[in-house]
Amino acid sequence: MNITIDYFLILSAFMLGAGMYGFFTRRNTLAILISIELILNAADLNFAAFNRLCQTGIEGYLFTLFSIAISAAETAIAIAVMINIYRMLKNNFVDELDTLKW
Amino acid sequence: MTTESIIFILLAAFVAVFSVLSVTTKRIIRAATYLLFVLFGTAGLYFLLGYTFLGAVQIMVYAGGIVVLYIFAIMLTGKSKDAQQKPIALGKRFAALMAALIGAGLLMFVVISHHFVSTSLSAEVTNESAAPISQIGSSLLSAGEGGNLLPFEAVSVLLLACIIGGLIIARKR
Repeated sequence: MNITIDYFLILSAFMLGAGMYGFFTRRNTLAILISIELILNAADLNFAAFNRLCQTGIEGYLFTLFSIAISAAETAIAIAVMINIYRMLKNNFVDELDTLKW
Repeated sequence: MTTESIIFILLAAFVAVFSVLSVTTKRIIRAATYLLFVLFGTAGLYFLLGYTFLGAVQIMVYAGGIVVLYIFAIMLTGKSKDAQQKPIALGKRFAALMAALIGAGLLMFVVISHHFVSTSLSAEVTNESAAPISQIGSSLLSAGEGGNLLPFEAVSVLLLACIIGGLIIARKR
C-alpha cells in the first residue's frame, strides 16, 4: 500500500468536515474557536503534504510555519475578546449574547 | 506494507478519531484535550513527512501555547453552564451533519478524481534532508531570490500588534 498525497488530502478533508460540524453545532464561543482550530490545522497539513510529496522547495513549509504563527495570534486575540465578553455579560454562549451596548 | 504506511495509518486513525471526539464531546475541557491529541497527531504526520522542525514548532506553539491558553480561558470562564445548556435542535444538528458530510465528501471526491502526481511515502521521504534547518533559516532572513524576509517581518509585526491588542482588550477597567 503506497501512501500518496491523496491519503493526506482525504485525512485533512475529514478534519475539515469535523471542524465544520463543530462550528455549526457548538454554542460556547471557546468550543467554536476549537473547531476553527481544527479547520486551520487541516489546511496546514495540506500545505506540508503538497510541499513534500508533489514538488521540491520549501514554500509550503514556510507557509505552514507562518500559518501556525498567525493562528496563534488569532487565538490569543479571540480568547482575550471572549474573556472580556464573559467578564461583562457573565455568559459565553453565542445564542444568548444579544446585547451589544447597555 | 511498509513501516511508513503503517505509521501513517495509525496516525491518521488517531487524528480522525480525536477530531470527531473533540467536536462531539459535551464537556468543553475534554474538547480542548482532544484538540491537543489532534495537534500531536498532526505533528507526528509532519515528522513522518521529514519536516522535523515543523513538527517541533507545531508541538511548541500549538500544544504548548495555544492549548494552554484555551484551558486557561475555559477555567476563567468557568461556571460551566454546559450541563444546563439546552441541547441544540435535532433538525439543526442533522442539517449541520449533512453540510459537513456533503462538504467533506465532495472535497474527497474532487481529490480522488483529480489524480495528483505525487511520490509516495517512503524512507527517502521520511528522512529530514528535504528541508534542512539551515535552508529554512537563510530563506527566512534573505531578501533576495526565494527569500522570505517580508512575510517574516510582517508576522513579527502581527505578533507585536497581537500582544498589544490582547493587553488592551483584556485589561481591567
